[in-house]
Amino acid sequence: MNAALRNAIAATRTRRRLLWLSVVLGAGAVLAAVGLLTTSGYLISRAAQRPEILTLAVAIVGVRFFGISRALLRYAERLVSHDLAFRTLTDLRARFFRRLIPLVPGGLPGLGRGELLGRFVGDVDSLQDLYLRGLAPPLVALLAGLVAVGVAFLILPAAALVLAVALLLGGVAVPLVARAAARSAGRRQAAARAELGAELVEIAAGSAELAVAGRGEDWVERAERSGRRLASLQRRDAFSGGLAAGALTAVTALAVVAVVAVSIPAVGSGALAGTMLAALALLTLASFEAVAPLGAAATSVDACAAAAERIEVVLDREPPLREPSAPRPAPDGPLAFEDVGFAYEPGAPPVLDSVDLVLRPGRAVALIGPSGAGKSTLAELAVRFRDPDRGTVSLGGVPLPRIGGEAVRAAVRLAPQDAYLFTTTLRENVALGRPGAGDEEIRAALEAVGLGPWLDSLPEGLATEVGEAGSRVSGGQRQRIAVARSFLARASFLVFDEPTAHLDPAGAADLQRRIAAFADNGAGVLIITHDRVALDAFDEVLELRGGRVERVGRGLPWIHGSARADDGGDGDRHGDPARRLGHGRPRRQRDVGGGVPADLRPQ
Amino acid sequence: MGPSRQDPDARSRARETQRRLTRTSRAARAHLILTVVLGLATAALLLAQATLLAQVIAGAFLDGRSLASLTPLLVWLAAISVGRGLLDAGFEAGGRLGAAKVMAELRSRLVRTLLLVRPGTVREERSGELATAAVQGVDALEAYFARYLPQAVLAALVPLAVLAWTVPRDWEAAIVLAVTAPLIPVFMVLIGRLAERSTRRRWRRLARLGDRFLDLAGGLATLRANGRAEAQADSIAAAGESYRRETMKTLRIGFLSALVLELLAMIAVAIVAATVGIQLAEGALGLTAGLTVLILAPEMYMPLRRLGAQFHASADGMASAEAIFAVLDRPPAVAAPAVTRPAPRPDREPLVLEGLRFSHPGREEVLRGIDLRIEPGETVALVGPSGGGKSTLLSLLLRLADPGAGTIRCGGVDLCEVDPAAWRRHLAWVPQRPTVFAGTVADNVRLAAPDAATADVRAAVAAAGLAPVIAALPAGLETRVGEGGRRLSAGQAQRLALARAFLCGSPLLLFDEPTAHLDEETEREVAIAVRKLAAGRTALIVAHRPELATFADRVLRLEDGTITAPADALTPAMRERRSAPPPQRVVA
Repeated sequence: MNAALRNAIAATRTRRRLLWLSVVLGAGAVLAAVGLLTTSGYLISRAAQRPEILTLAVAIVGVRFFGISRALLRYAERLVSHDLAFRTLTDLRARFFRRLIPLVPGGLPGLGRGELLGRFVGDVDSLQDLYLRGLAPPLVALLAGLVAVGVAFLILPAAALVLAVALLLGGVAVPLVARAAARSAGRRQAAARAELGAELVEIAAGSAELAVAGRGEDWVERAERSGRRLASLQRRDAFSGGLAAGALTAVTALAVVAVVAVSIPAVGSGALAGTMLAALALLTLASFEAVAPLGAAATSVDACAAAAERIEVVLDREPPLREPSAPRPAPDGPLAFEDVGFAYEPGAPPVLDSVDLVLRPGRAVALIGPSGAGKSTLAELAVRFRDPDRGTVSLGGVPLPRIGGEAVRAAVRLAPQDAYLFTTTLRENVALGRPGAGDEEIRAALEAVGLGPWLDSLPEGLATEVGEAGSRVSGGQRQRIAVARSFLARASFLVFDEPTAHLDPAGAADLQRRIAAFADNGAGVLIITHDRVALDAFDEVLELRGGRVERVGRGLPWIHGSARADDGGDGDRHGDPARRLGHGRPRRQRDVGGGVPADLRPQ
Repeated sequence: MGPSRQDPDARSRARETQRRLTRTSRAARAHLILTVVLGLATAALLLAQATLLAQVIAGAFLDGRSLASLTPLLVWLAAISVGRGLLDAGFEAGGRLGAAKVMAELRSRLVRTLLLVRPGTVREERSGELATAAVQGVDALEAYFARYLPQAVLAALVPLAVLAWTVPRDWEAAIVLAVTAPLIPVFMVLIGRLAERSTRRRWRRLARLGDRFLDLAGGLATLRANGRAEAQADSIAAAGESYRRETMKTLRIGFLSALVLELLAMIAVAIVAATVGIQLAEGALGLTAGLTVLILAPEMYMPLRRLGAQFHASADGMASAEAIFAVLDRPPAVAAPAVTRPAPRPDREPLVLEGLRFSHPGREEVLRGIDLRIEPGETVALVGPSGGGKSTLLSLLLRLADPGAGTIRCGGVDLCEVDPAAWRRHLAWVPQRPTVFAGTVADNVRLAAPDAATADVRAAVAAAGLAPVIAALPAGLETRVGEGGRRLSAGQAQRLALARAFLCGSPLLLFDEPTAHLDEETEREVAIAVRKLAAGRTALIVAHRPELATFADRVLRLEDGTITAPADALTPAMRERRSAPPPQRVVA
């Protein structure tokens, strides 16, 4: 048993009383069935001696008692074991989520994406099988088996010995064989399944390309070949699996034969009352119910062990950064990067080499750069999702590591790339930016990102459900909603990571203008983008290249911006003196043009 | 036991899928016959076992027979025990074989549907899910074929066999059995109905609660950025607790049917025991007959009880079959032409689109009347907002779908009258996200021209601007890429698809935003390659960005399903390009 599985089992520690209750109820249910058959065997044998009917009354009552209690005990056991599984699962989910918080996005290289997180969630949920099918049944088997053997011992010690051996065979050997068969089949088939699976993914994803290239038949043939290879393995494994499944039936029936065989001489010698022969045979038959679920338990424990291990790998990771022991409140003042260097792994070439950047309240800064230049890393450093390897990121002169992470993120609000929408209403999704915000504020935030007309077109307004992970809104709407979230936040600084990735050029320009315009409210705005549109709306345009930040056009961003700003607007492209000198409020081309951008039209 | 197994909607869906499997799959029908044969044998052995055991016990107890004299009977019993084990092994092995065969059949139909009947039907993000269903789904089908189906057969056979065996031995017990056994399904249906109504709504809410955890974990980075992660951790615990309480309420009713079943079965056995006992005491019955009936009585209910337990497991398994059926059920994308005409040549004849309309089933019309004429050798750029119908127009030209109305003609031939495969031989298509197939780079470039010489592959690679990338790979053109090999970036995959188009030399090029998702430098490189390729061919280029539109002969704007701004005035860049000498064709 591996350590991960032990830890998963230890999660029931706080629920020990429930676990025992479910074990006792389960064993009680098995024993009631044993009692029912044993008593009936005795009843019939005694009746065959033709006594007064009244002398049978006790046995008849016993039979009914066992019958009814069996059903009730089973019902209670199922309720208790499910209750236990749900409680433990809830604990486990909350614990897993808490451990996950400091790891996302910095601490799980390559694993931060939603889909992979979903896989872990599936693993956590699959552990309920452990509590439902893996943990209690062996204990039930042990308890019920011991009692059954004990009762048999009181009747005839030799028969008890035979029963004990048979139960061990059926409860230990057979499940082990079944598990071994399942394991080796799994190993043998794994490669063939993976290969076929990969081919099918290709076929499903690339079917149109294959058809256009005229290669459909070839790929059909290929998949059939892999399918045949897998099928021949499956044929072989079916027989070993079948034998493992039939073994318990054979062992049970043979155990009855063996018990009867050792009991017959005892009846002849008078050591065993003849009336108890049928009782012993039926007791044996019934007690195998205790071990019947163990084969399934063994395989489910295996599956759970694998899941537990995958979870453990995640939970064992060190959080990438430590919270300060005496956190300082976030001060006012600029957000500054000084000589910041960062590499994903020690020794790897740095993504950021020496970044210097200052973001002041009321200023709108655009940071452009090719993909892979480290723009998102820079955003994550700004909200202390990561710490730099070199240099400092500070807020109002205080390095971020001295401020509590939550306080940093309250002052510097990041709208991450591919912002996530939760499966709830539009209102809840925007209000994530500031819980408790009123409908009017939420409406205003949505209007500020250009979603006003769309909102008005929704029959349910703010109460509209956005669908599973935002599936009912378009990519462009999703990004605007994420921006609205930040607008609502009342943070001193707003950082947007690729807020226009899914917009067409006109939509991108519109949204970048709106984001730049938000700086007029006094917040410092940093937009990280690869879209070189509407850059004239920003006070400063920087470029991240080769791990360093360079000023583009040194305070004359519109020169560069206008080269691409073919998307409307007739703004000032001649250099405003006040702006060049850095005095006063620059006049920015931030008019958010009329008309509804394409991505805002009702879908 | 998760909500899915108890969800009444999922349950009825699963039942429908099971029926459909047996109806449509030959392997499934063969397996059903095997299962019935094994079931009959099992029932016979069950009766023999009970009768022999009763004879042995009665012989030793009442007649005082010795072990030696009973040994032949005991040997027979042992043989029957082994036989029953083998039959159970047969159920399991046969079930697994059946599951593997049925899954192989489904898979084969799925692959044919995807590649030959309805290519391009599955969205990329769903392909993994579908592949998992078609490969791992076999495990779930095993639960149905190896465990549920045998119990269903036994539940039909064994009670009848037991009853037939009991009647001549003890008709009073037979009446008890005959009255109680049918009560079980009746009660289960009644309780099931009751529970179903009261739980349906609750399950739906519970499913939402369960998804919530997944949702929160998926958006954790967003939650953290907004300072809401800790608060949500508390809400997970609270939601879990309310989930548990709700679920337990539902289960208390849900488990009632099992309770009633168990109660009926147990009470029936108790009544049989008492009836048999009283008749024995009155001398109206022999011990052998009485014991036989008593041993058989629990067996009467056993398959029914197991059936309930197995149903949930097998219903879970139907989800994968459902996913495959959902794809198989879609109608073919392109109706087979009644009369096939030879494919026209787009390099000689103009392409004429008239009144073209299209809508995806159940959605708003995407194309609302497209009229367009493309001359041979012309390069047309198609711009417009996303969702405007550009990709749909390409898929109609690719014959991946039939137009809802209107025609596409080439040289006067309606493409609906041409075998799609023959028409596609004249096309090269570069989709938005080209698929990189598992294999070498060379295999990938050869996709549409499997027999091309290596020198031509090299030339195509160079023309697509991919040569520096290939040079940096460890084994050059023979480097394995795709699943299990090196991952190519989006830009590299785009250029790989361009190299495919260069190599196959088809006269009509269809490009779907070949520079989407690329950064600026890569975009420039790809644009240069596209321009080279388009020279001397007919090309329709869906362009998101202005770079690609600059060298087109015409720029059309497709918006709201119609071409709104035909042939804008030439941009300065276009004029400049026009005056420059045309680029050379690289691969003939």
